[in-house]
Amino acid sequence: MQTDDRSAMRAKFAPPTEKPKHSGMSRRSLLATAALLITTSGATAKVVTKVLPWRPNEVYPVTPVVPGGWLFFTAEEAAVIEAIVDRLIPTDELGPGAKDAGVTTFIDRQLTGPYGGHDWLYMQGPFSDKPLPTQGLQSPLTPRQQYRQGLAALAAYCKANFSGRSFVDLSGEEKDKLLAGMEKGEVKFEGFPSRTLFNAIYANTVEGFFADPIYGGNKDMAGWKLIGFPGVRYDFRDVIDNPNKPYTLPPVAMQGRQAWGER
Amino acid sequence: MARRLPRKDVVIVGLGWTGSILALELARAGLEVVAIERGPWRDTATDFNIGTAPDELRYAVRHDIFLRPRQETLTMRNNSSQTALPIRRWGSFLPGNGVGGAGSHWNGQTWRFLPDDFRLRSHMIDRYGEKIMPEGHQIQDWPMSYDELEPFYDEFERCLGISGKAGNLKGQIQSGGNPFEGQRSSEYPTPPLKQGYSQELFMKAASGMGLHPFPRPSANISSAYTNQYGCSMAPCTYCGFCERFGCSNYSKSSPQTCVLPALVREPNFEARTECEVTKVNLSGDGKMATGVVYVDANGEEWEQPADLVLLCAYGLFNVRLMLLSGIGKAYDPNTGEGVVGRNYAYQTGSGATAFFDNVNFNPFAAAGSLGAALDDYNSDNFDHGPHGFVGGASITNAHTNGRPIMYHPTPRGTPTWGSAWKKAVRDTYQRVTNVGAQGSVMSYRANYLDLDPTYKDQYGRPLMRMTFDFQPNEIKMANWMAERCEEIAKAMGAKTTQINRLNTPWNVVPYQSTHNTGGTVTGSDPKTSVLNRYLQSWDVPNVFVMGASTFPQNAGYNPTGTVGALTYWALDAIKSKYLKSPGALVQQ
Repeated sequence: MQTDDRSAMRAKFAPPTEKPKHSGMSRRSLLATAALLITTSGATAKVVTKVLPWRPNEVYPVTPVVPGGWLFFTAEEAAVIEAIVDRLIPTDELGPGAKDAGVTTFIDRQLTGPYGGHDWLYMQGPFSDKPLPTQGLQSPLTPRQQYRQGLAALAAYCKANFSGRSFVDLSGEEKDKLLAGMEKGEVKFEGFPSRTLFNAIYANTVEGFFADPIYGGNKDMAGWKLIGFPGVRYDFRDVIDNPNKPYTLPPVAMQGRQAWGER
Repeated sequence: MARRLPRKDVVIVGLGWTGSILALELARAGLEVVAIERGPWRDTATDFNIGTAPDELRYAVRHDIFLRPRQETLTMRNNSSQTALPIRRWGSFLPGNGVGGAGSHWNGQTWRFLPDDFRLRSHMIDRYGEKIMPEGHQIQDWPMSYDELEPFYDEFERCLGISGKAGNLKGQIQSGGNPFEGQRSSEYPTPPLKQGYSQELFMKAASGMGLHPFPRPSANISSAYTNQYGCSMAPCTYCGFCERFGCSNYSKSSPQTCVLPALVREPNFEARTECEVTKVNLSGDGKMATGVVYVDANGEEWEQPADLVLLCAYGLFNVRLMLLSGIGKAYDPNTGEGVVGRNYAYQTGSGATAFFDNVNFNPFAAAGSLGAALDDYNSDNFDHGPHGFVGGASITNAHTNGRPIMYHPTPRGTPTWGSAWKKAVRDTYQRVTNVGAQGSVMSYRANYLDLDPTYKDQYGRPLMRMTFDFQPNEIKMANWMAERCEEIAKAMGAKTTQINRLNTPWNVVPYQSTHNTGGTVTGSDPKTSVLNRYLQSWDVPNVFVMGASTFPQNAGYNPTGTVGALTYWALDAIKSKYLKSPGALVQQ
């Protein structure tokens, strides 16, 4: 939009309490207004006509995650997730891994939101027992159900196969071997496909490691620092003007930089 | 029972690119226009605010602004011997939702199809004989030529402020542009975007091989621009949040940026959002549309009578609305008769990944349409004789973004997790690029759309069923293109390369392309098309259908440029012919 246009539009915008001003109302606009009234008297349509439906300072931000405690996981479940994500993306000489980057908090909070219930997905039946591999997600289980049932099946499996030990008590080598078996679907849990649990945790771990820190993971932008992603700077004209040069500025997240890490 | 509202001259279903352009132009022509949109109103300042927009998880991964499958989805299968199941979560393609439609979240690659694409069938048969045509194909010529559409391509590009470099100005080949393109009446509205380091390598390597690279046309625009409606845009900042996102900078052409600010000021225009059109009503004899029925946010049903019904939803949903409303005869793959749902097509993706040493590609400094392309292997720009396939691909080197949840490539054979994975992710991010081939998909008897017998939407109406797979012709073409891509990748100086052949069968999970075409195709013969050359229904002449569902088959390009050109072309016919004398614009 032109600058002139924008100020004209702001001038045109009327706060909700004011009545819109119409000068020189023609027969056509009278008719239009009449139609509008008839429409809005009964219908709950959101009607947009003559001005943009825009209010100053109106945006739709996400609620920042405040770390601490678990909203979905039990303490035992959270401990297992911590142990798993720590094997998937370990803390090593290259920097923090998923556990230290807050990925368990990320997953916990994601599971309490619309993602955790597949709220936006098509979840009507019938659910096929034998979908084609090309047909994608066909399970009636939501992520919340997958985690709850999957972690219970993993706990039972560990108890039965590691002399009563829990996943968190296994050695690093034992954990990796079990996870690799789950990834391939070779490990058989009672009543739940091990691969489904692995895939859910794996996808959410990568998400949590690289998503904006506002969601509770990627603490101190550890994931972004690992690869050199500068975050949400939203202006890289200087980079395009200097091809093949290393990027040296630190990353920035939606909530900025300095403030991150303060609890 | 639907309550009846006062009549309008025009009702528009869906307020994306095609709906907003038609609404603006017809309102300015003095008509009373109402647009009915099932998603919410969306505006740059609120919905695509810079403080919230660059959020990969929310928009790219969780699909915040897309159509939610709970509201509507499709069922899919690869062939008609299988049982279709619902696409419960979007993957292969991502339909938009809300005001702006997919025009809010697209990358912005804005192509013109080539002159040969519009007469593909006759051109290929003339040059190579019938034997080159693939088995089971239903390839057909478009009912209009490139030259007829050219002024309307131009108009759409001026609306969007497209950045690029002409390769053929009024028949004169221009250096720096695409020498294969059809003649253009004018230069692009704005100069091309700056290119990154990998495009520099690509252009040099391709030129050295005798190919003809050029900066691809882009709706992420390079400089400030004001269009014919007085809507202004700002230069792109290469932020790398384009596809799956709205643009905070007013730099990516979208209905929000290019049309709506002018449209809302038209006093005889009204938009009703969060209202879903469920049906087009027909007169008793079925020969005229009397309006539409829609359901508002409270589930109440309304009838909106109108003289002219313009279907401007995403192409797939236009097809479904035609099927649900009984406009035109539904396609029957067993007999080959019927037309609605016929000639569904898509897009191929193949190419090569190129790994370098000691480079900084800075993939995050990017734009959805930033990239260098070449058309030497597109359409019939090369001799198909030795290859035995129809079609072609645009070949591109591009970085559209470096957003790390979805973009953290590693060489094949890398462990999928653990310290070795972490190291590979770190070491690869800056030194990998891709040479990709976006290829055409022909139309076949076996690929089609119809209504699903089992699955329903929230109102109990059948979902649409997609029966689609890549056919041998497309597999052959795409895999040949992947080899061409690998040659270029090697010439760029890659230390190692990986070839990426077409994934088959078609799988709904990995994202491929939101370039779903066909189903309500335009043509010269009512037996093989739903719409005449003005995108007017053969059966119900006060219904016009916009979008890529009108393509007889798909070309090796992104569809939006052609969708826009067709919109202005149909608009011209509506204004200059239909409004003067309502009725069929082409006699059967």
